[in-house]
Amino acid sequence: MRHADRVRRATSAFMTSLTAICTLLAVGILLVILAYIALRGIGSLSFSFLIDSPRPVGEGGGIGNAILGSVVLLGLSSAFGLPLGISVGIYLSEVGKGRLAGVVRFIVDTLTGIPSIVTGVFAYAVLVLPMKHFSAFAGGIALALIMIPIVARTTEEMLKLVPHSLREGALALGAPQWRVTLGVILPAAASGIATGAMLAIARVSGETAPLLFTAFGSRFFSTYLDRPIASLTVQIYNYALSPYDEWHAQAWAATLVLMTLILGINIIVRFLTRKRF
Amino acid sequence: MAHTEKHSDWRRVLSPTGNTGDAVFRLLMLGAGLFVVSIVIAMVIALASDSMLSIRQFGFPFLTSRQWNPIKGEFGALPFIYGTIVSSLIALLISVPFSLGIAVFLVEQAPHYISRPVGFLVDLLAAIPSVVYGVWGIFVLAPFLRVYVEPPLAKWFGWLPLFQGPITGIGLLTGGIILAIMVTPIISAVVRDVLTAVPESQREAALALGATKWEMIRVVLVNGAPGIAGAVILGLGRALGETMAVTMVIGNRPEISASLFEPSYTIASAIANEFTEATQDLYLSALVELGLILFLVTFIVNGIARTLVWNVTRKTGGVGRAA
Repeated sequence: MRHADRVRRATSAFMTSLTAICTLLAVGILLVILAYIALRGIGSLSFSFLIDSPRPVGEGGGIGNAILGSVVLLGLSSAFGLPLGISVGIYLSEVGKGRLAGVVRFIVDTLTGIPSIVTGVFAYAVLVLPMKHFSAFAGGIALALIMIPIVARTTEEMLKLVPHSLREGALALGAPQWRVTLGVILPAAASGIATGAMLAIARVSGETAPLLFTAFGSRFFSTYLDRPIASLTVQIYNYALSPYDEWHAQAWAATLVLMTLILGINIIVRFLTRKRF
Repeated sequence: MAHTEKHSDWRRVLSPTGNTGDAVFRLLMLGAGLFVVSIVIAMVIALASDSMLSIRQFGFPFLTSRQWNPIKGEFGALPFIYGTIVSSLIALLISVPFSLGIAVFLVEQAPHYISRPVGFLVDLLAAIPSVVYGVWGIFVLAPFLRVYVEPPLAKWFGWLPLFQGPITGIGLLTGGIILAIMVTPIISAVVRDVLTAVPESQREAALALGATKWEMIRVVLVNGAPGIAGAVILGLGRALGETMAVTMVIGNRPEISASLFEPSYTIASAIANEFTEATQDLYLSALVELGLILFLVTFIVNGIARTLVWNVTRKTGGVGRAA
């Protein structure tokens, strides 16, 4: 009996420390990855690297056009994805009832799980093929499709956090539902929706697969929406797979730039939402 | 009079108040919701119609043929299906125990001042883009595996066909490991939600009966089992469709071999790698058909996962452990 108890306690102590080790390892891997990006990236990072366009091997060059391209693509995808995603969120929280809303919610959730490469193939089929060439527009739409479900679900959740008394109070004053939603409920949830939008932008800024055959990539500065455009992620991909050490170094530096942006957004969002969690 | 009644009819259908502004507003929001549904339907139609050429040409044997030779015009998806399934299985095999450990530690053991920041760090793993994992994978992980992991595996387990063949660091095993790192934060996040939803009374009851901490945790895990299964399937869905990181480390060779050291190919990486090279219609159509397969499989897998997770977190929603 005593012995059995000791075994039980030892098992408990062993297993519970094993879970702590799992957690430590996961955090350790994160720190190792971030450390490699910082150490390998910092060497090639300079101001001219950030504003220059790519040059042939041995002549330096930079990622200025890729940064500009990413900004254009993110602007495009936000312009389509944010209003649509927020509208879908409003539908799910304020308007939709019953089975139809259930179907929409289910589709939105599964859309989150569709591989981004498939979204790229879809954008290629419906935008690139008819237009007959790669374009920033097709890339932006592909990214918007990835954004919509993320924004929709965070908007829905944030709207549901707004107390019912606020809705009832505004309706009791005689305001129609659309004024209540747009004038009272939406502003009350604005900060939550904004952080959701920022997270969606962070997520989309790291996407590569849907851009490979929509925005395609370019070695020049461009803001034309009907032509191929560069992006940080596709540039990183192409440079990392090239056979040149110099381009490998540039891929690390571009990765550092991308990760600074993404981690920055995530940490800002974390501080903004700390009260709520 | 009859005229205005007719008007209020369509408003009443759309809005209980019959207010014109409300009717328009509800119509617009409904339109946005239906638009998302129509996008998914459009995806199925577009992918199906663009892969028709390949479907007509090869039919069902497309899924069972091992020949992928664009020059000869032979297209069979089996090597990609094999690579996708095996790399995802390796990923789950490694990440599921880890994710469970992390979730149990954060929900059941760590005090709040530890579980919050550490939980955030684990979540950050999910914020790292696929292409960044790819860069780290080829320049850091692959050389590390080639020198420190694969030689011992070949030495001790070389009698298994799994660990035979040339050691390069690029192949199925590396792809599976990078996938494992990528899906761990996703699985552990969902398991955390599931464990949080398990009623506190279950823990108290177990402890009151004299259970040790670990025995109590086992009770909680059994209670959340369907949700945990959902989390694992959700991770599977993510692993099946993951593209860039895998493309960069798996070697991209459409062959089926028993060894995990050999290069392989996944459905997603075949599309990423060959789509812009596909100049003939049949080649492109075969790649789109791969996309259609991936779409359908992940759609079904995610549907199952969502249903499992929803059932658990809904049933016990509100009475679980305070997060």
